[in-house]
Amino acid sequence: MQPFKKLVAAGLPLDRINIDTDQIIPARYLRKSRRHPDYATYLFHDLRFDNDENEKPEFILNQEPYRKAEIIVADVNFGCGSSREGAVFALAAYGFRSVIAASFGDIHYNNCFKNGVLPIRLDEETLAGLRAQLFDQPGASIEIDLEAQIVTGPDGSQHAFDIDAFRKRCLLEGLDDIDLTLKHKDTMAAFEKAYETNFSWTCPGQN
Amino acid sequence: MLLGIDIMPQPKNLFEKVWDAHMILTNDEGQTLLFVDRHYCHDGSFHAFDMLSESGRKVLRPDLTFGTPDHYVGTGSEDRADFADDERGDLVRTLEKNADKFGINHFGLSDLRQGVAHVVGPEQGLSLPGLLIVCGDSHTSSHGAIGAFAFGIGASEVAHVLATQSLWQLKPKSMRITITGDRGIGVTAKDVILGVIARISAAGAVGHAIEYGGPVIEAMSVEERLTVCNMSIEAGARAGMVAPDQTTIDYIKGKPFAPTGAAWDAAVAYWRMLPSDAGATFDKEVEFDVGTLSPTLTWGTSPEDAIGITELIPDPAQETDPQRREAKQRSLDYMGLTAGKPLVGLTVDRVFIGSCTNGRIEDLRAAASVAQGRKAKVPTLVVPGSGTVKAEAEAEGLDKIFTDAGFEWRHAGCSMCVGINGDDVAPKERSISTSNRNFEGRQGPGARTHLAGPEMAAAAAVTGCITDVRDLLEGR
Repeated sequence: MQPFKKLVAAGLPLDRINIDTDQIIPARYLRKSRRHPDYATYLFHDLRFDNDENEKPEFILNQEPYRKAEIIVADVNFGCGSSREGAVFALAAYGFRSVIAASFGDIHYNNCFKNGVLPIRLDEETLAGLRAQLFDQPGASIEIDLEAQIVTGPDGSQHAFDIDAFRKRCLLEGLDDIDLTLKHKDTMAAFEKAYETNFSWTCPGQN
Repeated sequence: MLLGIDIMPQPKNLFEKVWDAHMILTNDEGQTLLFVDRHYCHDGSFHAFDMLSESGRKVLRPDLTFGTPDHYVGTGSEDRADFADDERGDLVRTLEKNADKFGINHFGLSDLRQGVAHVVGPEQGLSLPGLLIVCGDSHTSSHGAIGAFAFGIGASEVAHVLATQSLWQLKPKSMRITITGDRGIGVTAKDVILGVIARISAAGAVGHAIEYGGPVIEAMSVEERLTVCNMSIEAGARAGMVAPDQTTIDYIKGKPFAPTGAAWDAAVAYWRMLPSDAGATFDKEVEFDVGTLSPTLTWGTSPEDAIGITELIPDPAQETDPQRREAKQRSLDYMGLTAGKPLVGLTVDRVFIGSCTNGRIEDLRAAASVAQGRKAKVPTLVVPGSGTVKAEAEAEGLDKIFTDAGFEWRHAGCSMCVGINGDDVAPKERSISTSNRNFEGRQGPGARTHLAGPEMAAAAAVTGCITDVRDLLEGR
């Protein structure tokens, strides 16, 4: 996984609540390999393109200079709905490295970390301010310092964010968490043994 | 307190009991590694199997891993190997190959037990109280109806569970939703959960595991509870749970994979201890009275956009929050609706009865009770949640009632809920669907979805418009 340390990049303001993962990637693209060369075009596909695959100029990602954004600034409940990790494959394929929102769909939040995309929670008021700046100054940059846990807005305002230490370390170091988990394999084996003794009924019955 | 020592054990809620029983370890950074009892896979799980193969890893506990194809399977042809195209057929065949390669249990297309994973797990007795259940699908929250802690995960987490039979999690907060009051005629479990989501919002339970309780839940069948817990994710919840009771135990007894003999006795003894202790606390408490609920359906593009059938489409101008106001106006525009008008009488183009929300036998019975002796005015699909449900329905003659009414009787799968198997809704078509999501484009690009219960869906089918099902229930 690509490590994430510090990022200075253009921000994309998305002035919508409840952006569900069906909007981030329509279900009909989920059957494609995550390495498909067109994956970046699946991102927000039906918001970005009409039925003839022409760009919808009114959608902000189709407007210069927002096209080059790497950070999304959204609102409440970003990535709600389906568990599809394709939503993050598409964000990453397009080049987004971070999403800042007031809240996230829990599964989408977890999926982001697995693909080197940093989800950040900030309060609604701060987000409204950041989006207003990005609308006023298209292409303005936001700085994210993961080590220090600080987002710096285009106006220089600094906003601290919370992130749990385990995920922070995995992102900073680009770690594969299956390897990390398997370091505990003795503890896991001991747990399983005790569990099977105490809860033998949990083994699926014979059929 | 005695000499400063708390001699009473701390009361725990249902969720905490199940969580604690599965804690392998908690690291210095606050993440807990949890043991997984059941892992359900489907034809959309190929990314995770690819990740596993690419890293040269194996499935650690194939005996606890169960696969069945559901998202991409065709439902219309007698030949179950008839797919919308080769690409989709390949995904179903890939699951079969991966099942074979990794030695996991597999209910394939030729197996009567094939179906939507969240219908299959409970009906096979695989989903049990007190278990920790995961699946790469957000509606895994369904299994909480049995008293399990069950939640959806992404592809990378699926790969992690396949390789380690465990998952890192931060402990969610807990929320109790106590449901009281008298359910009126025609008010179903679907109406109850739509009412709850409308009240607390689509983000109302983000970061929480919900426990549903109160007299309304206690009086529900397990299948009704499955409908309620299924849609927990639509309120943003990590999971939804119902404490196991005699109803649960009676439901599980005799199911194919349920424990038997001494194991059954041990299991039941354990399950009886699972309900939240007196004095257990929750991070959030909500009370919901169903007394004023009428049959409910959605008007917009978020499951929170639900109103009773007798209500008028809300006016976005009434929203004080500008973001919400804009979202609601977008919904109205997308749905082709006008604020202040009733939903009743709107012409519909298509009806879908099925899905992990409402594809079980009780749902089909309910829909059939409305369809019986009437004729469909619009194309209507009835898709049983599993081959087992299909067989049961046919044994009861429900298939005959549906086909006599001009409904299409299909094979088991997710079908038009997610619209990726070839069963979809055309742009701007208005669909009444018993599924769980009315997002833009969910049932096909431009599709306009109204979520409702099976009776309301059947009522729309036989009248060709949105109808208060209670008008059709008189004398039945």
